[in-house]
Amino acid sequence: MSGSAALPATGPRGPWLLDGLVTVVVLLGLWQALHAYAGEAAIASPLAAFRHLSGLVATAGFWSHAGATLSAFAGALAISALLGIGLGLVLGLRRFAGEVAEPILAGLYSIPKVTLYPVILLVFGLGIGAKVAFGVIHGVIPITLFTLTAVKGINPVLIRTARAMRLGQAETIRTILAPAVLPEIVTGLRVGFSLTLLGVLVGEMFASQRGLGFLIVNGISLHNVQQTTAVILMLVIVAVAANGVLLWLDRRFIHRAA
Amino acid sequence: MAVVALSADPRGAMPAETREIHASLRGVTRVYGRLAALGPLDLDLVKGEFFSVVGPSGCGKSTLLDVLSGLGRPNAGTVTFEGAPVEGVPDGIGIVFQEDASFPWLSVADNVAFGLRRAGVDAAEIARRVDYALGFMGLTDFAHAYPAQLSGGMRQRVCIARTLVTRPRLILLDEPFGALDQQTRLLMGDELLRLWRETGATVLLITHALDEAAMLSDRIGVMSSRPGRFIEIVETGWPRERDSRIVAEERFGHITARLWSHLREESLKAIGKAGRAP
Amino acid sequence: MTRERAVTLTRIAWIAGFVLLLEAVCRLHLVNPLTLIPPSEMAATLWGLIASGEIAGDIARTFSTVAIAVVLAVAIGFTLGVAIHALPRVRQGLDPLLASYYSIPTFVFYPLFVAIFGLNSVPLIVLGMAFGVPAMILATLNGLDRVPRVLMRTARSYRLGRLSTLAHVVMPSALPYLLTGVKLALAYAFIGIIAGEFILADAGLGHAIAYAYDGFENRTMYALMLFVLVVVTGLNMTLHAWEGRVMRRRARA
Repeated sequence: MSGSAALPATGPRGPWLLDGLVTVVVLLGLWQALHAYAGEAAIASPLAAFRHLSGLVATAGFWSHAGATLSAFAGALAISALLGIGLGLVLGLRRFAGEVAEPILAGLYSIPKVTLYPVILLVFGLGIGAKVAFGVIHGVIPITLFTLTAVKGINPVLIRTARAMRLGQAETIRTILAPAVLPEIVTGLRVGFSLTLLGVLVGEMFASQRGLGFLIVNGISLHNVQQTTAVILMLVIVAVAANGVLLWLDRRFIHRAA
Repeated sequence: MAVVALSADPRGAMPAETREIHASLRGVTRVYGRLAALGPLDLDLVKGEFFSVVGPSGCGKSTLLDVLSGLGRPNAGTVTFEGAPVEGVPDGIGIVFQEDASFPWLSVADNVAFGLRRAGVDAAEIARRVDYALGFMGLTDFAHAYPAQLSGGMRQRVCIARTLVTRPRLILLDEPFGALDQQTRLLMGDELLRLWRETGATVLLITHALDEAAMLSDRIGVMSSRPGRFIEIVETGWPRERDSRIVAEERFGHITARLWSHLREESLKAIGKAGRAP
Repeated sequence: MTRERAVTLTRIAWIAGFVLLLEAVCRLHLVNPLTLIPPSEMAATLWGLIASGEIAGDIARTFSTVAIAVVLAVAIGFTLGVAIHALPRVRQGLDPLLASYYSIPTFVFYPLFVAIFGLNSVPLIVLGMAFGVPAMILATLNGLDRVPRVLMRTARSYRLGRLSTLAHVVMPSALPYLLTGVKLALAYAFIGIIAGEFILADAGLGHAIAYAYDGFENRTMYALMLFVLVVVTGLNMTLHAWEGRVMRRRARA
């Protein structure tokens, strides 16, 4: 009954690119319409934002802000990944501890963590430390949860196969466990990537003098909507591009989809 | 197509004058894309008989049920039920599927009442018929349970009861016991025979189990590998009053052996085709 | 069952231990009282704030904003989900957008929303929905995709019409997934709206916390944090338990 097998195979690439293009055009149209409705003082037009952005990236001041965000983000992501994967592996292998911890982690995942930011500021003071810490508390939980689920969900028959083949512990981890959990961990890192970035940016938007998050809020306070719109535009482009690359790597090398 | 009476036992052979045709397929063909799944195939179901269809996997058994029930249309040929052409599922046909089709959000009693409620039958009548069907299928104690609390066999009973209450004149069953263990299958077979005798309905059972077909049926249609056609129709000659104990009879072995002698070859062909499937 | 109980008790013991540790650390002056106050004092201060009615306005503001955002997100997300499900070509076209949507730090749009809609509840509602609507769309699509084929065939075997099939087969079958969408919409609305209030707003719990922080009123700040964490966790857990009950009733043995 494989009726679909008889259909001509269409490459996923062609229509996907076209759909992406159409989506971008529609979104730009909506943006232009919103600009026309809300006015110059509320949101810059797409053209003005692109123009402002190209001017902005030529200034050294912008790159110092972007550098501040990037270094905080890189630090936060590295800590989130190491901590999250480590914690996830431990909790996944120790079933009881995993069952105790999982609902607590899920609960922490869905509370407004922004309320904890003042505590982090009190502990770390204003500066990069607080931003990194805030990025970490956003990013570490999803990475932990994805890793935990992956380890817990390994098909027991794979482990029994390893034992039937009399593989050593190191070999079992290298040849069975790691490849089995890798796809889930990569997905966790992709989600962690986005949330860590969000955490760092929110941190910069509150009580900070540096970073892209600061530039966004600063633009509003100075009635420089063009700056705010341009920085948001850049962040969206970077986030979507990074996500696209990670997704592509995931599909190409990890999930080995067609 | 050869029609073979396996035995001359007069208890089993149906008198020619009572052979009223209940449903029939004429030159029915079904094609999926470039894949010929079924036919051309002819079949006459006699009113009140228990007819089973066996065949190698992928031979179009389920497609046959789809076409006969009106769930699917043939690409060529005609399907009639009680003299009228079949378009969509006609009134009077009940279907039991291979997969668990109980509604997980409804209790057993509500599942059984489903078809009657949708048809707007009045509440007192629904209660009466549901009580009867639950009792008949041994589900009375589970009326308020949800399907998830029941075993696979019990859930399939719910689906049978749900079909039963609508009083179908033709009951189509698509491997309804496929997912059950052997002992449960035999007992469910007994239930099915009891239901068939009590309702007087015509039954068409699709199955891959030769013993099931040999034990339950008046006639058994053996299908070829894809595209499915009937290569033989075996008359079992069992008395109407029968149950799973007939598996001990010598004739049961003969019937099963005869079915297998055809099916072995067709199954090998089917496996060969599957190996080269598009 | 005993194992399940042991897990629950261990979890409670860990949480209680953590609270007690905080209490001890504060009482023994191991941390600066300007940084952290004991949980018991947080609770006492919170009780005072609630009893005096001081934070009633902020509570009402935040909760009404969240309620509006959740209702709108669920209604819009569900409607769009059903529409997108019915139009496979549109769905395929939206795939790139849905795949990258949650990678965008949506929150950075908030200042723009304020510039567009003004400093009131509207930008917060829009922000809350920006997180919740796609979650509800995805949940609806997921639920509709997972209606078992055999149940649709059953509906046809009973000669149900389109509407009747939708009402009596499709929707009940998709319900647990829709519930997951509602749960996410609620959690996301709280996260988005309280964060928005925290950064830039004229009222609400997030605003009150930021205001207390700026004014060095640590007691008030911690009491409000406690309130937000307890209430939001309680609401999330209630929905989670409800969802679990529906799922368990469905789970095949």
